[in-house]
Amino acid sequence: MTARQVEFPKTEVLQRLALSDSGFVFDPLSGASYTVNTTGIALLRRLQHYDGDITRLVAGLRTEFEVDAAVAEQDTVEFAGVLRSYFK
Amino acid sequence: MNALPVRTMHTDPITVAITGMNALPENPGPGLAVARCLREALGEGVRIIGLGYDALDPGMYLDTYTDVAYLLSYPLHGSEALLERLQEIQRIEQIDVLIPCLDAELPLMVALAEQITAMGIRTFLPDATQLQRRTKDRLPELCKTAAVGCPEIQPLNSAAFFYSGEAEGWSYPLVVKGPFYDAKICRNAAEATAAFYAIAAEWGYPVLAQRFIAGEEYNLAALGDGKGAMLGEVMMKKRALTAKGKAWAGIAINDAALGDFARRLVAELKWKGPLEVEVMRDEHGQYQLIEINPRFPAWIYLSQGVGRNLPALLLDLALGRTPEALPASRPGTMFIRYAQETIVELSEFETMMINGSTVNFNPPFNLGKGE
Repeated sequence: MTARQVEFPKTEVLQRLALSDSGFVFDPLSGASYTVNTTGIALLRRLQHYDGDITRLVAGLRTEFEVDAAVAEQDTVEFAGVLRSYFK
Repeated sequence: MNALPVRTMHTDPITVAITGMNALPENPGPGLAVARCLREALGEGVRIIGLGYDALDPGMYLDTYTDVAYLLSYPLHGSEALLERLQEIQRIEQIDVLIPCLDAELPLMVALAEQITAMGIRTFLPDATQLQRRTKDRLPELCKTAAVGCPEIQPLNSAAFFYSGEAEGWSYPLVVKGPFYDAKICRNAAEATAAFYAIAAEWGYPVLAQRFIAGEEYNLAALGDGKGAMLGEVMMKKRALTAKGKAWAGIAINDAALGDFARRLVAELKWKGPLEVEVMRDEHGQYQLIEINPRFPAWIYLSQGVGRNLPALLLDLALGRTPEALPASRPGTMFIRYAQETIVELSEFETMMINGSTVNFNPPFNLGKGE
């Protein structure tokens, strides 16, 4: 799988999440709460306004965390899988 | 009912009687939480009469919330004994509003509604038809009319069903439930049979078999205005359970779909009074009705926590006042329940045992007919 084929949960589902810089995430619809790391929060914030441009999403992560493209892409793919398992 | 005179709060507090003071840690009655909501909303503007069924009901001894407490006769002793006891208490306390909080007493309270009103006590209760339409065995019929989801329910008077039900399309796991309380998830016929006899012994017949819904449970508390509108809904997801499956911790949520689901039921029933809607959200994200409880739930203090004090709203409605608009709920507000001991002097317990009240009457008066 490449980043260009990654599927995320629907934007409106992710937009309802309350995100804290501490890494705490609360879903006001289900009552579930989660913890994610700094990269996870950064990705979730970007995904709440995701326009479908995966290249720009990965590029933003590269810039913010000063990592190479392969790492940013791999993290994004893995995190998308985690999100899909929790938000269907 | 609104023609009854109401004492003003400035000169004389409103006297409210609340049942369900059995605040047992693993399965608390709602009465103490209702009292706490009213105390925090009205302070000294409310005088709270705790009504219990057992001298060890802890809510009757917590004077922060209950000013005075009385024992009632058990519902199984019938409506006449209950009415006589309420009349005895009313002669002393001049109750303005009565808030019943237990499922098993609701049919009696509803049947006695006219006599209770004639005593000068206001209530805000459903009528007998409304109460009957939400009993567990009639939920599928109600849900069909209200166009909401509901698992199939089979009333049972024999455990033979658990061995023959598969021929009728039933499978395990299934849920065995009592007519008022108790539910056990059973994974085979032997478990279901044991649950059937245990529940029948405690709660009587019919025992109910309900199809098991895999998913997550959600709860909603609200008030029906008796004309079809639902007021003040507060939604909650349990985060931790007691051994009896009751909420030990919970978090307020906000889901418009759950609100619409409950609103359809309230509108169909034209429900009057407090209620708790228990649902499962199935694997397809659809809500399925599990129960409608005709009273506030034990977690009702969360309504105060989210800024929508439902017992205070009920008091306004019962007194014929126009309630103030409620603020939006605050999803994410949590509660965590805890147990603690209250010290009761032997003399207090003696007074309760002898007089059926925390008030030391002299001479003591009767607890009920023939006693």
